[in-house]
Amino acid sequence: MTDLLWLVIALPLLGAVVNLFFGKRLGEPVAGGLSVGVVVASWAIAVPATLSFVTGSGQVETIYLFSWIPVVGADAAILWDPLSAVMTMIVTGVGALIHIYSLGYMRGDERYPRFFAFLNLFIASMMILVLSANFAMMFVGWELVGLSSYLLISFWFTKPEAAAAGKKAFIVNRIGDWGFLVALMIIFATFGTFDFGTIFTTAPGILTVGAATAITLLLFVGAAGKSAQIPLYIWLPDAMEGPTPVSALIHAATMVTAGVFMIARAAVLFELAPVSGAVIAVVGTLTALVAALIAVSQTDIKKVLAYSTISQLGFMVLAVGVGAYTAGVFHLATHAFFKALLFLGAGSVIHAMAGEQDMRKMGGLRKMMPVTFITMAIGWLAISGIFPFAGFWSKDEILAATFAKGGAFIVLWAVGLFVALLTAFYMTRMFVMTFLGRPRWDGGTHPHESPATMTVPLIVLGFFSVSAGLVNTPARLAFEHFLEPSFVGVPHIKGLTLGLIVTLAVVSLVVALAGVTWGWLAYRRDELPAEDGAFWRRSLEAFAVDDFYGRVIVAPGKRVSTWAAETMDPRVIDGAAHGVARGVLRFGSVLGKLQTGQVRGYAGGMAVAGVILIFVFLAVGGGF
Amino acid sequence: MPVLTILIALPIVGAIVVALLPKRRTELVYPIALGMSIPPLVVAMYVLVNFRVGDAAFQFAENVVFTEAFGIGWIVAVDGISLFMVVLTALLFPISIAASRSITSNVKSYMVLMLILETGLLGVFLALDLFVFFAFFEIVLIPMYLLISLWGSENRAYASLKFVLFTATGSAFLLASIIALAIITGDQMGTLASFDFRNMLQTELSSTAQFVLFAGFGIAFAIKVPLFPFHTWLPDAHTEAPTAASVILAAVLLKMGAYGFLRFNLTLFPEAAVSLAVPLAVLGVVGIVYGAALAIVQPDIKRLIAYSSVSHMGFIVLGAFALTTQALTGSVVLMISHGLTTGALFLLVGMIYDRTHTREIADYGGLARVMPVFAGMFLFAALASAGLPGLSGFVGEFAVLIGSYLTLPVLTVIASSGVILAAIYLLWAYERVFTGPVTNPKLKVLRDLGFREVAIMAPLVVLIIGLGVYPKPVFDRIEPSVGIILDRIEATTDFEVPAEGRLSGVAEIEYGPVHESGGDN
Amino acid sequence: MIVTTTWFLLLAAALFSIGVAGVLIRRNALVMFMSIELMLNAVNLTFVAVSRELGLIEGQVAALFVMVVAATEVTVGLAIVVAVFRTRASANVDELAEMKG
Repeated sequence: MTDLLWLVIALPLLGAVVNLFFGKRLGEPVAGGLSVGVVVASWAIAVPATLSFVTGSGQVETIYLFSWIPVVGADAAILWDPLSAVMTMIVTGVGALIHIYSLGYMRGDERYPRFFAFLNLFIASMMILVLSANFAMMFVGWELVGLSSYLLISFWFTKPEAAAAGKKAFIVNRIGDWGFLVALMIIFATFGTFDFGTIFTTAPGILTVGAATAITLLLFVGAAGKSAQIPLYIWLPDAMEGPTPVSALIHAATMVTAGVFMIARAAVLFELAPVSGAVIAVVGTLTALVAALIAVSQTDIKKVLAYSTISQLGFMVLAVGVGAYTAGVFHLATHAFFKALLFLGAGSVIHAMAGEQDMRKMGGLRKMMPVTFITMAIGWLAISGIFPFAGFWSKDEILAATFAKGGAFIVLWAVGLFVALLTAFYMTRMFVMTFLGRPRWDGGTHPHESPATMTVPLIVLGFFSVSAGLVNTPARLAFEHFLEPSFVGVPHIKGLTLGLIVTLAVVSLVVALAGVTWGWLAYRRDELPAEDGAFWRRSLEAFAVDDFYGRVIVAPGKRVSTWAAETMDPRVIDGAAHGVARGVLRFGSVLGKLQTGQVRGYAGGMAVAGVILIFVFLAVGGGF
Repeated sequence: MPVLTILIALPIVGAIVVALLPKRRTELVYPIALGMSIPPLVVAMYVLVNFRVGDAAFQFAENVVFTEAFGIGWIVAVDGISLFMVVLTALLFPISIAASRSITSNVKSYMVLMLILETGLLGVFLALDLFVFFAFFEIVLIPMYLLISLWGSENRAYASLKFVLFTATGSAFLLASIIALAIITGDQMGTLASFDFRNMLQTELSSTAQFVLFAGFGIAFAIKVPLFPFHTWLPDAHTEAPTAASVILAAVLLKMGAYGFLRFNLTLFPEAAVSLAVPLAVLGVVGIVYGAALAIVQPDIKRLIAYSSVSHMGFIVLGAFALTTQALTGSVVLMISHGLTTGALFLLVGMIYDRTHTREIADYGGLARVMPVFAGMFLFAALASAGLPGLSGFVGEFAVLIGSYLTLPVLTVIASSGVILAAIYLLWAYERVFTGPVTNPKLKVLRDLGFREVAIMAPLVVLIIGLGVYPKPVFDRIEPSVGIILDRIEATTDFEVPAEGRLSGVAEIEYGPVHESGGDN
Repeated sequence: MIVTTTWFLLLAAALFSIGVAGVLIRRNALVMFMSIELMLNAVNLTFVAVSRELGLIEGQVAALFVMVVAATEVTVGLAIVVAVFRTRASANVDELAEMKG
């Protein structure tokens, strides 16, 4: 069953290659069909292997493929355990739905096959990332995911914003990757291998707290890049320049969760570094808060979702920071469903509005787009944390785990709760502004429901957004048990009694309902409220973080580079070389004076020198 | 059969054939020169295929004595370090000759010089007699000088003279050191002198002698590499040179320096190498960051790639002086990869230059719309150069960084920031040249790459992917030769390579079902 | 009277001095050339004489080398002198100062 798992990587890769080189000749239907086909096939191959874990017959297994870089012992190898199984299901499953959705969404684009080639490349990269059996391979997937993201964000490269956004995403991710890379150096220097099995079994014995802290913090730098955490989250909102299915696939459901996945994968190491855990939890909470504060004022529907993604990622990072790895992965899974749903729904709306993304020019779309409306409603309630939708269970589990940690973590719990309130508020704002109220679009627009290739994925995702939470209720922690083989050697969260969980759940639910009511009361009226005042302005410009980075990092960097290019290199270094050259020339022109051109002078000089030499030789030789 | 001698001689034979072509028939020159560059590639492939894997010793050795008294002879042989340099040289010459279609003036001399250059380069990598090595080292200089000064662009006179003066300065030190070493070696063997590399390995050198000779060799190679702050000849030479010369310059010529460091400095003077490893690695790291920083703001695309070479060569030097198996092997792999990726980038820039006659980034914009194939190729080469995993650049860089951290942690962490900078300068350049709307009306009428141009690029593309995905055969051939350098250093100095820095220190991995007993709850 | 090596050496020294004087004093390029030849042959004489005295063959070999070099040098030198003479109708070296630095 696991023998065929390499195909999960190879098939999408094949699809990408075929579409890249022959896509134009294949034509739209074949190119798109092929692309969907390989992802569905990947999913189908992984299903039985995943089910074997559910039934309990499955076994954690490492599968050797080939030797890659022998001098560092890095092999291409697959680690198949429940964690990679869950990620495989999410990536190929949600991925397949988004592929299907794109069939309709991208119809008529002149680079249609190219788009599907990139999508397939992304799935392949993501599968390399989640299936890898060692850090080196994981890094390969990690960077390739960044590449596919770059290609997809700047897919419409004739728009300068799209091209710039793609570049920004890649470079910011690279900064994160640098942290990962340095972590890899320390890992190799400590363990002499990158193999997960070897590292995780020997780590508790040989890893000092200092080394563990260094490794995990650096790994977290990588995670902060991919999972859009402070201070590296700035690329994600810009990434919305890409086609909407891309936002759904990469910037909501899969790629951005890579950081969370990586921390969960390396849970053993993170357990050895309590300081890192605290740092991660704080960064996650802060990210969740800042992103939520920005999300409340955004008027672009995709920007709202982008910041809400950052905020939710903050929750996941908080979870893994406090050691609630299963809760983090659980939220990752439910979020993949409802955020993909929300993005695809938004895409459906944008499609219907002929490219309009400003919510102030929407409203009243309920009647024209019933399927989108209902499925979006599910997504809205799920992310807001309303019982019994998926988001409620997973978010609550994170908050409960944080609370149970006690001490200063209670503060984080309180902040998290506040973020949950904000989330419910701004999601309600978005939902109401888009679908309810009176239409605010101009006469030229004729909104309509999207084709079946787009609505069917919405319905499927809607189903999971309702039900996915039920796999891990406090009453029956099925998901946690399922993941157990992946977290061997990782202690459980202590102090979580059923009574405490229920109490906290009720608190969360009340807060979520309050947020929804707040948003409903504020926006469910004919005139949109004026969003005026210092806070709204600051929030709308995302607290000018980009400007800040521009002034503090980019501009000085450019100045230094320019100085080096215009002064250091030509004046100082080359100046020295030219100085030497000038010196030689001057010396030469002085010596040149001796060259009278008169042969007799030379001959005389030689004769005199010869005589002198004879005397010198005689003197040295003792002839006198 | 004297395979290597034939290999070295073949391009010269080709050059003679081209030179003897009738004056009127200029149309014959291009195809025949191209044809003449193929046999060396075939022979190089023969050597590659028949190279014994896992054998650290020199292979295909030939030894003909010229003069007993001065200890000069024709000694050529190949090991894991030179093997791929030879293959790279033999591969890139047909490609760059094929890319020289746009040369119209005096084609015959151009091709003759190219083929002489190939002989020179092959000789440098294969000669184990230092007298002959030096002769080849210098032979390379002349055709390259002429190629730049006769077929270069506007500022060619300055650039070619600068190239010659910088290199010749280094050569002076090299020659003096070679002669000194040969005489010392001869002294200890009871002859006047010996230029035989294998004899030099047996020579006992005092510390002072090691340092002086190391410096002499080192200056020559540092200029060739080029190591900061000897790098200023490179941007000028690269930018002014015709496409094929830029390709050869970046892909092969710079490797003479790196090769020299490995073959001579590290091997012959272990004690000096250990003591001077840190300063040299520092210069390498400065070069990485400095080259990358300068590449970011270059307005000229060819200069940008030239500075990126300075940055990449810094990685190679860092790897060479980190003195671990991973770093040294990675360094050699990076040499191959840099040859492929930078070669590809220069070829591509040449192709667009042939169409537009401008190298200014500002003159471009939105090119991906007009020339999608070209844009794809360029992005591919740029990403390979920026060290994207799965492509060749990453493999070498990764091995260098992982290996260098073992002995030079701080420097390596600084060096790794070059990875970020590389992404910045390459993607920013790509953004400005290829994306956005087509602003310059002259660009709208450009035709995309033709069959000939795609065919020129294809082998490079395939090798870049191949080396990135399955580099094991390459590593397996390089590693033993690198291993004996380290053995020698450990045997003659009190330096010890960290356990993880030798192949034996890399943990064995077990595959199959994982038993839970492995973890302890 | 026995002709010893000293005699040869004295003769050689005399010839050499005449050669030096010739090069320094005469202005005609051709005469200067002959003077140089004189010096070279003086050295040759020394070589051969010392070779005989010490019973070593190397001195005579060196003399042969010098002869070869002298011959080639004369060929090149005379060609230059002839070329100069053609352009200037004079072989007076004092008028030649093109190589002034």
